[in-house]
Amino acid sequence: MPDKKTFDRDSISNTLMVAVGLSLICSILVASAAVVLKPIQLKNQEEYRQRIILEVAGLMQPDANIAELFATIQPANVELANGESVEIYLEQIAGQTQQVILPIDGPGLWSTMRGYLSLAPDGTTVKGIRFYEHGETPGLGDQIDKEDWRALWVGRQVYDSDGLSRIEVVRGFVARDGSNPSAQYQIDGLSGATLTGSGVTALVRYWTGPEGFGPYLATYRLETDR
Amino acid sequence: MTDLKKVVIDPLVDNNPVTLQMLGICSALAVTTALLPALLMCVALTSVAALSCAAISLIRHRIPNNIRIIVQMTIIASLVILTDQLLRAYAFETSKQLSVFVGLIITNCIVLGRAEAFAMKNPVGPSFLDGLGNGLGYSLILIAVATLRELFGAGTLLGYPILELTQNGGWYEANGLMLLPPSAFFIIGLLIWAIRSWRKQQVEDADYQIHEVHRTDVY
Repeated sequence: MPDKKTFDRDSISNTLMVAVGLSLICSILVASAAVVLKPIQLKNQEEYRQRIILEVAGLMQPDANIAELFATIQPANVELANGESVEIYLEQIAGQTQQVILPIDGPGLWSTMRGYLSLAPDGTTVKGIRFYEHGETPGLGDQIDKEDWRALWVGRQVYDSDGLSRIEVVRGFVARDGSNPSAQYQIDGLSGATLTGSGVTALVRYWTGPEGFGPYLATYRLETDR
Repeated sequence: MTDLKKVVIDPLVDNNPVTLQMLGICSALAVTTALLPALLMCVALTSVAALSCAAISLIRHRIPNNIRIIVQMTIIASLVILTDQLLRAYAFETSKQLSVFVGLIITNCIVLGRAEAFAMKNPVGPSFLDGLGNGLGYSLILIAVATLRELFGAGTLLGYPILELTQNGGWYEANGLMLLPPSAFFIIGLLIWAIRSWRKQQVEDADYQIHEVHRTDVY
């Protein structure tokens, strides 16, 4: 390549040309990929969110069409004490609310945990819980994802007769032989994940408390009592 | 032809980027808790390494010396973003597990190292193969580590149960340590030891010789 000797690649003009040209080509490449793939990515995210909600509600079936299953789930808006409007989901069959699915989030051990909590229409019985985003320790705290631990929540009560949110993740196992009057509010802890458990307790209590969905859920409890 | 073959084969064991050059250890610790994300990471890194080496080699006569690292990084970064976008579109679930580590391929020393050391001086074909070979060398280690960690840490491979866990009524008690980052250090360390026992020429000369010291010696 004899002409390469006369060509000065370190000249200012070539430096500028390479810099500008390369930036242009690369930005066109990256931008077009982002634009072309955006619809597919959004569809994935939406489907993922719907699947999580169906899993919390216990409605997920393997190999089922997610959009079809999601047809019974209606979004609704709840205004919190601070005036903020939050989207929740209601499973409705023939106009009857079957479950109330609430978004919950709060600090875990390493990062923010985000998930959903599902309650029966009595406003206190837990139907399911599921975190879709967290950074808990693999093998220890990340067991909050495990089906057998999530199953422990089903049927537990959030509120006592005074309307106080009492639900908690305890350390160790919950005595269920009748000797423990609080057993209905308690969930077995995960060994090696005490701080994750306290985080879950704190965030579920917050979101079911007066600053969260407490007042909204109270309307369900009143209706049931009547 | 044998030279080109050597370019691909060499980084697999004899000049492995992870076990000999000690590059890319960070992501090797992070994405190897399960086999599936590790496989996806291997595909992502190998394609980025091969394509960026080819692209850099293609314009190597035009790249000005004083901005060559920036030029290399721009090309690598664009390819990484492209890969990340593709994964998010077509392998959504697994890409969630890989989280930031696909983006961090940009800072993976293997990719920039091969671009600077090989692609800047060699034609497009060999550069592509060199990137491919180094990507595959990295993949080999990642797959080995991920297989061990998922098998002994969770009793599964690619999510399918292999060892029956005690919590499901089986015999195997899952080893939680395998799922934590330190276990990858141990496994990579043992791999390096095994490879160096097998290929003696990889053993480095000691920097200091241990020798007997007498009390009367003056320091």
